[in-house]
Amino acid sequence: MSMQMLDDGNKLIFEGADWDYDKIKRAYDAIERIAFDEMGLDIYPNQIEVITAEQMLDAYSSIGMPLMYKHWSFGKHFAQDETLYRKGLRGLAYEIVINSSPCISYIMEENSMTMQTLVIAHAAFGHNHFFKNNNLFRQWTDARGILDYLEFAKTFILKCEERYGHQAVERTLDAAHALMSHGVHRYPRKQPLDLREEQRREDERQEYNRKMYNDLWRTVPTKPGVKESVSAVENRKALLALPEENILYFLEKKAPRLHQWQREILRIVRRVAQYFYPQKQTKLMNEGCATYTHYYIMNRLHQKGLMSDGALLEFLHSHTSVVFQPNFDDPRFSGINPYAIGFAMMQDIERIATNPTEEDREWFPDYAGNGDAMGTLREAWANFRDESFVLQYLSPALMRKMRMFEVRNDASEPEMLVEAIHNERGYRKVRKALARQYDIGYLEPDIQIVDVDLAGDRKLILQHRVINRVLLDESDARAVLRHIANLWGYEVMLMEVDATTEAVLKEHTVSASSLLLS
Amino acid sequence: MNIIDRRLNPKGKSLANRQRFLRRAKEQIVKAVRDSSGKRSIQDIENGDKISISTGGVREPSFHRSASGGLREHVVPGNKEFVEGDTIPRPEGGGGRGGSEGSPDGDGEDDFRFVLSREEFLDIFMEDLELPDLVKQKIKQTENYSLHRAGYSSSGSPSNLNLVRTMRNSLSRRIALRRPKPEEIERLEQEIADLEAGGTDDARLAELRGELERQLRRSKVIPYLDPVDVRYNRFERVPRPVAQAVMFCLMDVSGSMTEHMKDLAKRFFILLYLFLKRRYRHVDIVFIRHTHEAKEVDEETFFYSAETGGTVVSTALEEMRRIIADRYPEAEWNIYAAQASDGDNMSNDNAKSAALLENVILPMCQYFAYIEVSQDYEGGLGGALGSTLGRETDLWRTYKLVAKPGAPIAMRKVRTRREIFPVFRDLFSRENATA
Repeated sequence: MSMQMLDDGNKLIFEGADWDYDKIKRAYDAIERIAFDEMGLDIYPNQIEVITAEQMLDAYSSIGMPLMYKHWSFGKHFAQDETLYRKGLRGLAYEIVINSSPCISYIMEENSMTMQTLVIAHAAFGHNHFFKNNNLFRQWTDARGILDYLEFAKTFILKCEERYGHQAVERTLDAAHALMSHGVHRYPRKQPLDLREEQRREDERQEYNRKMYNDLWRTVPTKPGVKESVSAVENRKALLALPEENILYFLEKKAPRLHQWQREILRIVRRVAQYFYPQKQTKLMNEGCATYTHYYIMNRLHQKGLMSDGALLEFLHSHTSVVFQPNFDDPRFSGINPYAIGFAMMQDIERIATNPTEEDREWFPDYAGNGDAMGTLREAWANFRDESFVLQYLSPALMRKMRMFEVRNDASEPEMLVEAIHNERGYRKVRKALARQYDIGYLEPDIQIVDVDLAGDRKLILQHRVINRVLLDESDARAVLRHIANLWGYEVMLMEVDATTEAVLKEHTVSASSLLLS
Repeated sequence: MNIIDRRLNPKGKSLANRQRFLRRAKEQIVKAVRDSSGKRSIQDIENGDKISISTGGVREPSFHRSASGGLREHVVPGNKEFVEGDTIPRPEGGGGRGGSEGSPDGDGEDDFRFVLSREEFLDIFMEDLELPDLVKQKIKQTENYSLHRAGYSSSGSPSNLNLVRTMRNSLSRRIALRRPKPEEIERLEQEIADLEAGGTDDARLAELRGELERQLRRSKVIPYLDPVDVRYNRFERVPRPVAQAVMFCLMDVSGSMTEHMKDLAKRFFILLYLFLKRRYRHVDIVFIRHTHEAKEVDEETFFYSAETGGTVVSTALEEMRRIIADRYPEAEWNIYAAQASDGDNMSNDNAKSAALLENVILPMCQYFAYIEVSQDYEGGLGGALGSTLGRETDLWRTYKLVAKPGAPIAMRKVRTRREIFPVFRDLFSRENATA
């Protein structure tokens, strides 16, 4: 009898706020049991690293990666973050988690034991499961190779700085960073990415490029007045593989005046951009998955008597502030909080799977009432990205609960118009509009390289297909074009063309300052 | 699961990035530091500072849509009264009551502030003044002795008795030797008195009496305070450089002193202050401004208020003498003075000033620097005033008479900001700086 009582008294995995390695180990084991046995999560091996607040700031400013090449913009972000943090305007993230294998989660030494438990459940299990299973990550990232690749990138750029000077490297990196969002391939590749292989092939590639015949140099100006035939244009475009939307890729391969090391820098930035591309597309789902996971696990820990009431309250306090969604007319409103909507949607899926209404059965016949909430969620986490996830899973019940409505803001009209609200007529429209808000392809301007004036002055021609008459921000666009011109080495022109009427709305021309090459 | 403690990893991983950033933003930072040093008081200049720089040169552009124009659609939460087809007035500035139009993917960065460390700030500040290396000359330092606490000793003068330490020793000795406490004796006496009154238990009474006697004896044998307990604070005489200096800033603030001139003067004073600060633990600054009469003022008034009136330099020197006599005995203070002026003086005052300087002020001073500020000719216009262009000013000629070899006085002319540091270095780099 006394044994039983002792057992019961000692069931809590931790008491009080302080943490130590022993408690963390115990918490981790308890979480792992719930995650594996009850939720069926599938994760990369975990590595948990304890760091200080200052180190967290460091990690923050180098876009969360434990090692990164050196560049002033990271210093700038550090300075900004630090100022905000010191002023108390912003807390630090509780955690940073890295999509690598082993999956590295940082925990801060300042956190209380409850927070450490929360972070482990959230990052080391929630995000980790998502990284390992979501198909975008599977297709686009090489979790085992990324840290090695960054190590290579860091050393490479350091060597370049030694050999070619800080300034030349900085200019190249500045230009590459400006094009980062247009340095990704948007469509899946056939083979899985292997960054180690990439790195090994680099020497080979250099050798080949050295010998390679560059089509650009073969071009001789034709006699004036001779009209280029249509087939010649087609032929040229085919040779240069145009149109091309991956601007960094095009410049890396085709810009005539870049040095080999500059091409490699473009390549590195492109790789990094590509690595983060899935994260950009799955913010809502990724955070929703991690938040749902920690919420489930923390509550189960409490139910099983492994966590005290006090700890549960502390957890709920921080949980609710993370998933807080202010209304549009609230001064705190700054868009839809991905944690809030992600978490709400995951909970909604659980509800529909276990306890559906008539409406749910009608909207989601596939899984309404199937009783397998976890299985349904795991399938969603594996197969969707934000846009398609919203399109597939956002339920009328949730739209009503969040009181969503769609506003149409046309600059040519005097007032904004409520296009649809959360009612029978509006559900599909609202859902579609919300899904589009998460579509990267729609959010980022569609800019492609369409032609090179090979016969003339080698002018590079880009096209922005304008949707809904929303033009590019002019001063920024010109600054980016200057970067492109410097990389390309010759003049660059950007045409803004209406996507529906093909009418040219605006043209920007920027010539190279040739600073980059001097 | 692996758990790794990274807390002891080398810190400042972002230091290299920070340096790259500072290099990148140099121009703006130099400008910000320059502006900030103009605004700040002399004493503050040594602390690092929050510097605001515009993001112009450190902007990171990207292709993104402009924040205005065209057609946009948003889904937002929290509908209370709208139904389909309602219109909502567009808020001012095109921003969205109906949504987050404020550049959803753009970076609407404003100027931002960040903190420079003291070293970074000084580096940049000094660089602004084109500083190759600070002062080479060693200004004479007399040694002085001061007393420093150095533990305890068992002998000393009563005034140095350390009561706490003494009582602590006493207490531990009393505990160790089991000296009875007064309460204990009181208790025994009380019990005895009770028993005597009641008078039933004789055996117990005898026992208690014995006990009381024993305790009383103990308390006599073991004194409350024994000479072995006593501790005195011990002091050591430590030689140290004279640690105080006073700097007199004298400035002519008559109408002819322009903002530019005051700025030059301020920069010169700042340098002098920084220089003295590095040498002395404690530096006082006295600001004296004068027109035809002199007054001690605070820094704010010194630099930022405009006056008009005639110029009588000797009044400032008089005032300085008065303050020294009042508050800064020569024997205890290193006295420095820097005078900034455009060189105008009432002609009948020149002889008096020279005499005062030579016979009274210079003997008291470690160093007296006179800088004559004038308009920046590059800025045009100033040429008309022409105070130092060709001819020497009254004051310059007067001081020249005093500045004999060996006298601790130096004179320089400063026209532009660039010249300040070289002049300063020049003044403080040679033993006998003379014009």
